Amino acid sequence: MAKQGQEIKKESLFKKIRKNKIPYLFISPFFILFAIFLLYPTAYSFYLSFFKWNGTGPKLYVGLLNYINLFANRPFKQSLMNGVIIFLEYVPSMTLLALILASLLNSKYLKLQGVFRTFIFLPYVTATVAVAFSFQLLLDKKYGLANLFLGFFGTEPIGWLNTPNLARICLSSLVTWRWLGYNMVILLAGLQNIPLELYEAAKIDGATPTQSFFRITLPLMKPMLLFCILLSTVGTFSLFEEPYILFLPSRGAGPMDATLTPVVYLYQTGFRYLHFGSASSIAYALFIILFLASLFEIKILGEKK
Amino acid sequence: MSLKVSSHSLREKRLKLRGEKKKMHLKKTLVYFFLILISVAMVMPLVWMFSSAFKFRAEIFSYPPTLFAKNPTLSSFFSLFDQYPFDRNLFNSFFISASYTALALFFCSLAAFGFAKYQFPGRDYLFLLLLGTLIVPFHVTMIPLYVFYRKIGWINKFWGLIFPGMANAFGIFFMRQYLIKIPDDFLDSARIDGCSEFKIFLGIILPIARPALTGLGIIFFMGSWNNFLWPLIILKSREMLTAVVAIRQLQGVLRVPYDLIMAASALTVIPLIILFLVLQKQFIAGITKGAIKG
Repeated sequence: MAKQGQEIKKESLFKKIRKNKIPYLFISPFFILFAIFLLYPTAYSFYLSFFKWNGTGPKLYVGLLNYINLFANRPFKQSLMNGVIIFLEYVPSMTLLALILASLLNSKYLKLQGVFRTFIFLPYVTATVAVAFSFQLLLDKKYGLANLFLGFFGTEPIGWLNTPNLARICLSSLVTWRWLGYNMVILLAGLQNIPLELYEAAKIDGATPTQSFFRITLPLMKPMLLFCILLSTVGTFSLFEEPYILFLPSRGAGPMDATLTPVVYLYQTGFRYLHFGSASSIAYALFIILFLASLFEIKILGEKK
Repeated sequence: MSLKVSSHSLREKRLKLRGEKKKMHLKKTLVYFFLILISVAMVMPLVWMFSSAFKFRAEIFSYPPTLFAKNPTLSSFFSLFDQYPFDRNLFNSFFISASYTALALFFCSLAAFGFAKYQFPGRDYLFLLLLGTLIVPFHVTMIPLYVFYRKIGWINKFWGLIFPGMANAFGIFFMRQYLIKIPDDFLDSARIDGCSEFKIFLGIILPIARPALTGLGIIFFMGSWNNFLWPLIILKSREMLTAVVAIRQLQGVLRVPYDLIMAASALTVIPLIILFLVLQKQFIAGITKGAIKG
């Protein structure tokens, strides 16, 4: 009986699919590609993270050893630490600067806003690899423009890319340079969605511009700011091209591993040393950490509405 | 322009409100100064790149550094094309980005059309699943994909770059937002005329969605053109490299050949800068519309 019932249900499901075959056909390419290029690799990566494997020989099951090693040894912890430091170095200041610029470009008292927007957004379209080389030369101790400029003020040449702290600052400035315009454009779109009447009403009630900024602009911009900060968080821990090119001789690790980001470490482990198993564990650990960090940020920033 | 404002206001209300106007004027000047400073900082690394591209290597490695080339030369560009296959690399970038963009636009809008304009069982769950795929970062799939490509012979092949992102959740989401606003009567009248569903998609939906397709297309093209990590991993021979990976491979073991690197960099960034300047409005609309989902 039950079996019969199931068969009827099955048939009707089949019929349903046939009846709607056109939309299913339209969406099927996505799901086929999703299964091959995302679902399968994601699952396989999880499987590999419990093995020791150099990519060609036999796989050796090691249980949780890869994960234990990750947190027992220095490089991965260092890379997470670097991510936190770099995040603190540039995300708050860049987001604030982007918000200030967006407010200026949204103000009706200024001219040439389109021109400024173009200039500030321009870095976003340029290839990071190309620009990172340009930064490398700009910051060169002897032949760079940065030290020449500082030399006018009597500063001794600085080895920007050779000391851990300065190296991270250089990396942060490259990232800021490239992403400031992107953040600004997104925040600008958010500002343009705030109805002007709100400000007018506040003005009539005697609010100063500062008050209306904190009472109207900031609360209404919260979702956009959250979006920018979430993107910057994931972006910071996934930095690859910027450190890789800026510190090419050490393949992205930088002086004393100061710019070793999790993805640089993943790349080195997987594709330089061919430790596919432990590289997979890095990828998964990072995935989970970023997921939790995003949830945490959503909770903290999203709550007080 | 600030001068014009000042002479005008001075003449008109010299006595009245003089202090306040001046303060306002000063504030505005400071704001413009700030904006100009930021703009200069934004353009500086690019100016440096372009000017270094026209320098001889000896000038790059001479002290003090010069902002503009003393004896501009095209020699770096010539050696890029003579000693390196950089013309081929640029073509590869173009070929990969263009085919990726065309295919991705097609499959994304096809799926978006399915989600936006049809009722079918499981639609909302499938869409949720689709959005869920957005949280998986690409680097989780990197190693298995590499192993997979080795097995099926996609290492050093362009397909390996074009396929993975071809039907992506972001693009489908983006297009669905646009297509959902198209009124159903439009489609119904076409159906009465005897159009097949696929014909409706090609003949009606795609032309209407042109603004959205342009915006998304630029984002796809840019992403593919500037993509570095994945091509770095799977492309092996000099002739197959994309432009950005080829720039990285110019660096040998000895002193960095900045003259070649800067020339190659300039050639790589120029197409996108031009594309951006021409299609700026659609570009920025695409970026912001993609963001507002969050």
